[in-house]
Amino acid sequence: MSGEGFVIGVLGLQGAVREHLKSLEKCGVRGIEVKSTAELEMVQGLIVPGGESTAIRRLLDTADMVAPLIRFCQSARPIFGTCAGLILMARKLTGGENHNLGLMNIEVARNSFGRQVDSFETDLNISGFSEPFPAVFIRAPHIASVGSGVEVLATYQNRIVMVREKHLLGCSFHPELTGDERVTRYFVRMVQQSLVKSSQA
Amino acid sequence: MNEKKTGTDRVKRGMAEMQKGGVIMDVVNAQQAKIAEAAGAVAVMALERVPADIRKAGGVARMADPRIVEEVMASVSIPVMAKARIGHIAEARVLEAMGVDYIDESEVLTPADEEFHLLKSSFTVPFVCGCRDLGEACRRIGEGAAMLRTKGEPGTGNIVEAVRHMRRVNAQIRKVCGMSDDELMVEAKNLGAPYQILLEIKRLGRLPVVNFAAGGVATPADAALMMELGADGVFVGSGIFKSENPEKFARAIVQATTHYRDYKLIAEISKGIGTPMHGLEISGLAVADRMQERGV
Repeated sequence: MSGEGFVIGVLGLQGAVREHLKSLEKCGVRGIEVKSTAELEMVQGLIVPGGESTAIRRLLDTADMVAPLIRFCQSARPIFGTCAGLILMARKLTGGENHNLGLMNIEVARNSFGRQVDSFETDLNISGFSEPFPAVFIRAPHIASVGSGVEVLATYQNRIVMVREKHLLGCSFHPELTGDERVTRYFVRMVQQSLVKSSQA
Repeated sequence: MNEKKTGTDRVKRGMAEMQKGGVIMDVVNAQQAKIAEAAGAVAVMALERVPADIRKAGGVARMADPRIVEEVMASVSIPVMAKARIGHIAEARVLEAMGVDYIDESEVLTPADEEFHLLKSSFTVPFVCGCRDLGEACRRIGEGAAMLRTKGEPGTGNIVEAVRHMRRVNAQIRKVCGMSDDELMVEAKNLGAPYQILLEIKRLGRLPVVNFAAGGVATPADAALMMELGADGVFVGSGIFKSENPEKFARAIVQATTHYRDYKLIAEISKGIGTPMHGLEISGLAVADRMQERGV
């Protein structure tokens, strides 16, 4: 796949950046750390990793990257948010917090499975996956409601934990911590499809 | 319904992975915790006194009043850590029962046990521990620590010991990675490190857990230095709230940790932020005042 000449960025301001880069490498895709708008312009897809959503938002502000990220999203280039990344992508946060970027038509509730002692792993059924996926939930959020055009890909205990809306993908858990690359591959295919579409347009 | 497993190594170590590239700040009340969160801290450490004040006060330093920990937990949405004395099983269980997100089994407090550390693998809550070399690091991982930090010399605002510890651990890791498996057993004996953990380090080419810098970070440039030396992130104890302008210092240290090689930026954010905490020369400390000697 690396021969096709596309690059996927991992927002590298804070969080589990290295794990996502490693997962991309295992999928045969070139990944780079994105810490600036200039680096954002070099990639055809972006992963917003897990970390602390408030800290990442603060660093996006000081790096003047909020408007460029919104433009990146409007240009239909795929974005995948995991955990904190999902929180940042939400249109609305439950409880009135406002550090989200409003990219995706979903409402997200933070820390909705409890504190760290309640963090857990489980085998999760994901729509379109033939085998369950080992999902790691760390102080995880969940998707409280979805707007039109959002497809629910996985639920756990009646809570939505993975969604897709056109070129946007989000999940509450951490596929990068498991060594199972199926979710990363799913996103890589989204990026490939977006490139085919834009070359046909 | 598929089985749900809590307190696994992956869940405990994974929590620390999410803190990488970030700054964890010591706070003593809700107001400081809010300042830390607004500045972009990835977690706060709730305690009764910052290390510089523990030094000044003398006497026995213990786990914080649970009311302070509770107050901090109620005031922020980021994770809250708290310190237990080395080997103090009951303090650690109390903090776990309160639902703190991470416990620091810390040499900053007066040790409760001069021989044994906590068996951290028997807890659901994850632990961070200090280390000065790879032997200490591996013993703590063997006991179940899910995150490490350099000990440095807490409450001094002097980075020299944190630098020494980070360099030593990383040099020892490089040495282990270059050894054959049969040489590793003797290295395990020499370091006082569990053999299996050395094997894991050799296989990974790094520690199996996150390793932060701690014990002496006082300026944005200090934080950048520790990131340059291979730290996964930074703890700032007295460096924020013992500085002239905690809000400015907190913001600047957060930015310097993320953009640690952007020196123009570090120059810019270091301008006019006021005086850092007053520092202490390590050679001026009596051996009994060197917290890093506790709990090896």
